Amino acid sequence: MLSKIVRTVTNGFMPIIIIFGLYIIAHGHLTPGGGFQGGAVVVSGVVMLLVAFNSQELKKSLRERVLSIMESSGALIFIGLAFAGIGTVFAYNLLVGSPIFGHIPPTGPNPGDIWTGGVIPLMNFAVGLKVIAGLSAVVLALALFSSGEEVEE
Amino acid sequence: MTEHIPLDFPFLAAALLMGISFYIIIFKKNLIKLIMGVAMLAAGVNLFLVALGYRAGGGAPIYTGIPKETMVLPVPQALTLTSIVINVAVLALMLTMVIRIYRHTGSLDSEKSRKLKG
Amino acid sequence: MKRQVTGLILLLVLVAFLVWGMHLTHPFGYPGASDMDDYMIENAQEETGSNNVVAAVLFDYRLLDTLGEATILFTAVMGVLLLVRASKRKENNS
Repeated sequence: MLSKIVRTVTNGFMPIIIIFGLYIIAHGHLTPGGGFQGGAVVVSGVVMLLVAFNSQELKKSLRERVLSIMESSGALIFIGLAFAGIGTVFAYNLLVGSPIFGHIPPTGPNPGDIWTGGVIPLMNFAVGLKVIAGLSAVVLALALFSSGEEVEE
Repeated sequence: MTEHIPLDFPFLAAALLMGISFYIIIFKKNLIKLIMGVAMLAAGVNLFLVALGYRAGGGAPIYTGIPKETMVLPVPQALTLTSIVINVAVLALMLTMVIRIYRHTGSLDSEKSRKLKG
Repeated sequence: MKRQVTGLILLLVLVAFLVWGMHLTHPFGYPGASDMDDYMIENAQEETGSNNVVAAVLFDYRLLDTLGEATILFTAVMGVLLLVRASKRKENNS
């Protein structure tokens, strides 16, 4: 565990990093970004937490059951949205034109409207959940495995 | 003169990265250096894929910024994203196996971990 | 010493061959046949409704490739967690 200054600065920085990563995930259909890139940003914040605190202490906060439920629900939302448009074809974009996410932007360069995009923002959210949970579990497992002989259950 | 010598600089950089990583994989024995060689090969291939889809004087293919006549091709960028994620997954599995080999045999030499003993 | 000199000469031959082969696809900056990409740049705003053409390509025109990539990520995470766990049972049995 590093000194007290490093721990305090890390505690102050973590909300900013998480909000920045969620902003990149949420605006995936207007600016460069999307599910995979935003998930990588949040995982780099978790790695900073792992360096500042001990890995044994982080094991108490990030329990394995919560990470497993997050990853599985991300995969299930992805496949559910792909199966929802099975009336026409397997992966049909069924929300274009409907009032939830279905505005159509004017052609040519325009400032973006966030309610556009069809089924794309929901899929960005599902892929972001999957990447965050999966890569956090891998990083935590490798840190625990290589330092002590404590294997998580 | 430049018509006879095919010298495009992004292609030269990608070919140099791939060539150096092939030299590392063939001639070096340390396991960590082999993993670094594989990571460098992945970087070279990703750079080649993105450089294939460039149009001279173009910009990013996003409608919020620029008009549509000067956009670069969007499909190689999507393929590169998929390739980067797959390389991360393969590298994580390789590192885990190297840690297990080090625990079992006690050295990081690829010549010593060749025998199949029970 | 002789082995490393052979390796360096082979590396130079390989780099020259790769540069010549990459130039044969098309010279850098002037792609020849780009009909599929022109169709996607034209019609991505009306059919999918998003401003980002790369996100529309990844999540609407080629959704099955993204589904396969998500499966690979899931399988790799599962494989790493399995390999880390297996040492405890071996110590309990022996």
